[in-house]
Amino acid sequence: MTQPFHIVVCAGVAPDPLQTLEPVSGPQGPALKNEMMLPAVLDPWAAHALYEADHLAKAIPGSKVWLVSMSPKPKLQQVLMTMAQKVGFELVALDGPASGFADYLQVAHALAEAIEGIAGLQRDRLLLFGGWESAGRAAGTTLALVGERLGITEQFQAVDVLRVGDDGLLEIHERTDGGKHQVSLCGGPPALLGWATGNLPEPPNSPQTGMVNMRTLMPALQKARPVGVSGGLQFTGATLPKQQRATRVVKDASVDEIAAELAAWIRG
Amino acid sequence: MEMQAVERARMDVDVVCVGFGPAVGGFLTTVSREIPLEDGSFPQILCYERADDIAFGVSGVVTKGRGIRVSFPQLNPADVPMATPVTVEKVYYLLDAVGASRRSAALKAADAALRVSGALRDEAFELPYIPPFLEKHGGMVMSIGQFNQWVGQQVMMTGAAQIWPGSPVAAAIIEDDQVRGVLLADQGVDLAGNATGAFQPGMEVRAALTVVGDGPVGPVGRQLDAHFGLPPGNEQRDWAVGMKMVVDLPEGCNLPQGTVLHTFGYPEPEIFGFLYVHPENVASVGIFVPSWLENPVRTSYRYLQHFIQHPLLWKHLRGGRMRSWGAKTLNESGRRGEPWLVGDGYARIGEGSGSTNVLAGSGVDEAWMTGVQLGKAVLELWREGAPFTKDNLERTYTSLRRTSWLEEEALAAQHARDGFHRGVVPGMLGMALAGFSGGRLHLPGLPEHPMPTLEDFYSQRIPATELSLLKQEAQARGEALHDAVMNRCGWPDIPYDGQLLMTQQDALLLGGKVQAAPGYANHVRMKDEEVCARCGSMTCVEICSAQALSPGAPTPAFDREKCIHCGACIWNCEYHNVDFRAGAGGLHSAEN
Repeated sequence: MTQPFHIVVCAGVAPDPLQTLEPVSGPQGPALKNEMMLPAVLDPWAAHALYEADHLAKAIPGSKVWLVSMSPKPKLQQVLMTMAQKVGFELVALDGPASGFADYLQVAHALAEAIEGIAGLQRDRLLLFGGWESAGRAAGTTLALVGERLGITEQFQAVDVLRVGDDGLLEIHERTDGGKHQVSLCGGPPALLGWATGNLPEPPNSPQTGMVNMRTLMPALQKARPVGVSGGLQFTGATLPKQQRATRVVKDASVDEIAAELAAWIRG
Repeated sequence: MEMQAVERARMDVDVVCVGFGPAVGGFLTTVSREIPLEDGSFPQILCYERADDIAFGVSGVVTKGRGIRVSFPQLNPADVPMATPVTVEKVYYLLDAVGASRRSAALKAADAALRVSGALRDEAFELPYIPPFLEKHGGMVMSIGQFNQWVGQQVMMTGAAQIWPGSPVAAAIIEDDQVRGVLLADQGVDLAGNATGAFQPGMEVRAALTVVGDGPVGPVGRQLDAHFGLPPGNEQRDWAVGMKMVVDLPEGCNLPQGTVLHTFGYPEPEIFGFLYVHPENVASVGIFVPSWLENPVRTSYRYLQHFIQHPLLWKHLRGGRMRSWGAKTLNESGRRGEPWLVGDGYARIGEGSGSTNVLAGSGVDEAWMTGVQLGKAVLELWREGAPFTKDNLERTYTSLRRTSWLEEEALAAQHARDGFHRGVVPGMLGMALAGFSGGRLHLPGLPEHPMPTLEDFYSQRIPATELSLLKQEAQARGEALHDAVMNRCGWPDIPYDGQLLMTQQDALLLGGKVQAAPGYANHVRMKDEEVCARCGSMTCVEICSAQALSPGAPTPAFDREKCIHCGACIWNCEYHNVDFRAGAGGLHSAEN
């Protein structure tokens, strides 16, 4: 019989991917123009990790999910009113910047410290989940650093599949080139899994789940500890990529037309 | 309301609110400050909002903020992103700079006189005086999205109320003429509403009080109107589409922050417009296309593009960049369209309750005030331990509303725009009469009548055979007719620049950022195919703010991934054949 897991999901917030973003230089270094005004979402890769955590916790009775997030408190609260309807979790909130321009090492240190402070968390049951990559411009490095801080040596990135055997072994599929997966067997927790997209759809909104989450969500937000991550990493500049999305809506174009346009674009 | 007949989960709470806008914001702000109550109890208050975020509203907001300042007496506009005090306010009559506008002989004569008078600048005449009922000096310019976000964050931080976005309410639960709560929309259904493998029946949320603040075209408000009818003598017949864009003004633009320009006269005489300047060189610019513009191919987006190119505005906007776009329906009937404000177990607040003041051109502050008044009433009833019966709600909420400035000004405004049924000049005279007489005088309107046919409306400008051909060609292309007709009438092509002047689809993607969550049914359906087949005009397609409706057979085709839930199709169908239900998604912009 598999032991219940203690699953900790690290997830920050990121601007809603539909928004137009513009880097600006502020007194603290690079920032995104109007970032606090724009709508935000839970970082999409981390959100997939959360769905996988919820799925696993439901499959292994007795398991528990914590969501650990460092984000500006008002923004996190707003995002969680959407996420809290989808999956069950207990929140551990840190009030700090969500900008990917923060020093990843300092962010990782704060997250690791918060995880170590979770009452009742058992290391021999710990699965540390997060996003393999990040829409928050943090390049997905933070999770690995958190794992190192916590001394978790079994780390897997770009995970699409996790299967738990009756013997407690973890079968983990990591993406490799060419659409293939590297399959690993891990003896058990503690382990770190940086999720790619997984295979689960976004769960529907459930008012009951939301109500259950609210019992812990608001108290956790209210006692969110402010975290300063200034200094450390220095940026020499930030610019938009030269290649930018140019959106057009064309319906009912033929395959030949699409191919011809792509070929013309490749030829430059 | 047709829903799947299945067993549904049930939850019981004290208060459930439908929709999160300024009215529910005012209500939640008022009650959340008093919770826990004096007796130590902690009522459970939930609010369900259709949009994916509490900041995805649309409004062109310049407001005196009297109601808002009841809740926030020390409000500093700088605390609310994109808000700023009004510093400059002007009213302009816009002349037709391209020669395509439909103008009566009287207007043409007035235009000619103005042109020879030398009083024009940039094809516009600045009114020397702003009527006191219209002026907003001392008020502020805002973004409704940012204001809602600011309010919602504060409410939720109290822990006294929960606001759940992405949760459309399908219907009120009505039993023996008492409202018992709401039913959330089913999830895991196909576009036709049939259960799929992931079916999740919408939950029943039962509540002692249901607060209905779902706006002018919300499905719950309309359900209550259909069930209970309107009070004797009231009618809802005047509507408008408000469409706006938020623009990064070009470098070097010299419009001061807090500038407010009101316009009328162009692109059609019936269309009012505005330009408001926010902090950081950002402006909101938009128009109102009213129901009394009785053009069967009325459109908002095309008119908006011509509006911003009027010389008075274009000199400021040229070189700017659209950063946001959106549209909504406005209930222009105001006090005259007021529904039953209360009943056993429910209360109506906000625009859907007839609070918009069409004389002042103000809706957000009035909506907020109705929420504050209901909040005070609910607190009083909680203190009394009295139930939310119709009598008790009338004694508290309705009487508060009836004795406030809200009611006094609403009564003065209720016939102010009736004159527009007779034309623009009578309409403006009627507004002036009502405004200066405090509503004692007004020009009477006309009885409601069918919209003219396409052929009748354009009989002086386009031969019927040519009109028929244009219509056939547009249908073959799967497009609305308005562009072809406007081009034929002399409106110039839009010189797309990809920044500010762009196709409607690009505005949806880049400005509105429209999305539709999977797992919900189509929320726009036609009730009777035969009615659509007989309809000659398809005004629903023409007015659709987002090209979500397109010509089709036997009914117009609907694409929910484009719909911004403005609800214009509802009141533009003179046969009342549009079944507009609760749906998820819509705009993903927080700046409108």
